Amino acid sequence: MAIRKRKPNGSAPILEVRNLTTYFYTEDGVVKAVDGVDFFVRHGEVLGLVGESGCGKSITSLSILRLIDRPGEIVAGEVVFEGDDLLKKPMADMVDIRGDRISMIFQQPKSSLNPVFTIGDQIVEVFEIHEQADKEAAWEKAVGLLRLVGIADPESKAHTYPHQLSGGQAQRVMIAMAMALQPELLIADEPTTALDVTIQAQILDLIRELNEATGTAVILITHDLGLIAEMADRVAVMYAGRIVEEVEVETLFKQALHPYTQGLIDSIPVLGAVKERLNTIPGGVPNLIDLPPGCRFAPRCRAREEYGLSICTEVEPSLAEAKPGHKVRCWLYEDHSGHDAPLKPREAKARKKDRP
Amino acid sequence: MKQFAIRRILYTIPVLLGILVVTFVIARLIPGDPCTAALGERATQSACNAFNKRMGLDKPIYVQLGIYMADVLRGDFGNSIRFHRPVSTLLLEKLPVTIELGVIALLLATIIGIPAGILSAVRRNSTTDVVTMVAANVGVSMPVYWLGLMLQYLFAILLKDTFLWLEPGKRLSAGLSSIPFYKAWGLGISTTSALYPAVEFISNFFLFNSVITFDFVVLGDALKHLILPSLALSTIPMAIIARITRSSMLEVLSQDYIRTARAKGLVERMVVLKHALRNALLPVVTILGLQAGTLFAGAVLTESIFSLAGVGRSLFDAITGRDFPVIQGFTVVIAIGYVAVNLVVDISYAYIDPRIKLE
Repeated sequence: MAIRKRKPNGSAPILEVRNLTTYFYTEDGVVKAVDGVDFFVRHGEVLGLVGESGCGKSITSLSILRLIDRPGEIVAGEVVFEGDDLLKKPMADMVDIRGDRISMIFQQPKSSLNPVFTIGDQIVEVFEIHEQADKEAAWEKAVGLLRLVGIADPESKAHTYPHQLSGGQAQRVMIAMAMALQPELLIADEPTTALDVTIQAQILDLIRELNEATGTAVILITHDLGLIAEMADRVAVMYAGRIVEEVEVETLFKQALHPYTQGLIDSIPVLGAVKERLNTIPGGVPNLIDLPPGCRFAPRCRAREEYGLSICTEVEPSLAEAKPGHKVRCWLYEDHSGHDAPLKPREAKARKKDRP
Repeated sequence: MKQFAIRRILYTIPVLLGILVVTFVIARLIPGDPCTAALGERATQSACNAFNKRMGLDKPIYVQLGIYMADVLRGDFGNSIRFHRPVSTLLLEKLPVTIELGVIALLLATIIGIPAGILSAVRRNSTTDVVTMVAANVGVSMPVYWLGLMLQYLFAILLKDTFLWLEPGKRLSAGLSSIPFYKAWGLGISTTSALYPAVEFISNFFLFNSVITFDFVVLGDALKHLILPSLALSTIPMAIIARITRSSMLEVLSQDYIRTARAKGLVERMVVLKHALRNALLPVVTILGLQAGTLFAGAVLTESIFSLAGVGRSLFDAITGRDFPVIQGFTVVIAIGYVAVNLVVDISYAYIDPRIKLE
């Protein structure tokens, strides 16, 4: 697993998500899909948003563009993009931003393209919406984009319909559409999950090339840590609607702090290593309607048992800097004096070491 | 496409032959016989024998069928037992009335039903949605004849002497007549001319005829007379179209490509009308074709209630009068119409959805 050399990270954030909260009001109760999420993305960087299925990654990304449909609703938070809170913007302004300054690609490329329009028309539409471009010039640009994303024979391919494409080609078309106006931010929601492994690599290369060539910042949403290692500069790990750890990608793989992240990394199969079984994290993501009190990971947490922490099941820890630039949401690293159990020596040592 | 159409038309030949046989048989299974219907209950046996012999009804059924089929293949639907006129002439006279009524009713059903369905889907579970769907359910449960009578009662009787008053039937008000376009244009076409049936047929479309002769008084009057019958006839198809549009639209709106369209920056109106509607239309178009059948069935009742001399009314009269050639001829023509509408529907699929290839 090659860890990508990260970029200098001095630049200011292009997007800051604060306390983002999106609930779904279903008949069974309120599903707290995204429950107070904070993270930021810097100009030109690739932020990996990682977590298990159903932890709220996709809802987070859809919330940024305000693409949440009923019964879902963004109930609180701020999504500050270049200084403006997107959640406070009138819908008319939001619509102008979508596809122009922030664009998005999805997990199922073939079903994400409209079956009744040619792919050329679907790309041209982006220019029509945002630039009032004339049809012919826009068509030329669309063909150029198809060539850029590596579609062979783009002139004739532009006239084909989505059902005539393979999954990989469809995702290239989606990327062409998303990159048409050189957005400042691209949200890629599991862009390769539905594709073959060889195609996956090609698509990731393409996203990385575009990121490097255009300086478009990318939020890469995935459940695949391998992909994060290859692509991301920084990582936010999500669990049950919350960010539990956020750090540079190298640190994450060398020294993950949260027991959940550690579990995720442990469960990556290593090529050549002979094991009877892969390591797993016991249990599953909690029901987002009826969340456990305290830390949401506590019921599955081995470290909690190991250290005999009782506070975990009672009070929820906050997302705090355990080390500079390394945020984690875990009682192992947060001062819980005033609460019950005293710190065990090992933790105390760890904490002392971590403090500058 | 052309090949597909030709093949489809060829496929309909056995269907139409089947319809010929079935209507021939069913017409003869109706209790009662043409003789007593034509000559009265007290017709003597010998009078009836003579009548049957004259009409060819004394021959064995299969011989009658054979003769009939042979005639039809030559384009001869025979003569009406009651009117002693060729069935084809009757058809040319009556068809325009029914086509006019049917087209207006289908237009009404479509231009109200589809937007109502879209609105319901876009604002699902809202008051608009609930009201529309309740109305659709009521509409679909109302028998045409009952609705027709209620409309007549409301607009012709209760609202008499108000500006909303509408006549309870007929195609034009007393004293008005539609002047056939060939007369208005001064074309001297005699009743014996070969063109006469064709121009007569065309001029019997009162709306079309009055438009091309700029006779807006007749046009307005004819439209006014069409309001109630077309409303009665369109209610059920309208309700069905609204419900199908709604459910189809709801399904399409949850598709991934709708999310893409929104993420592109399209305004919601365009998302619905451009990206969703075309995908949602396929089942609606299918239903539209099938509703052609409902319209013909409804036309029988509507035309009877509103005293319109169309195919439906004539068919009804022919059945009560045991007028076998008319029953058969009219039914076959209705069947051809139904098949033709559905052929158009099948071909339109390919235009709506590129994934459908007509082979």
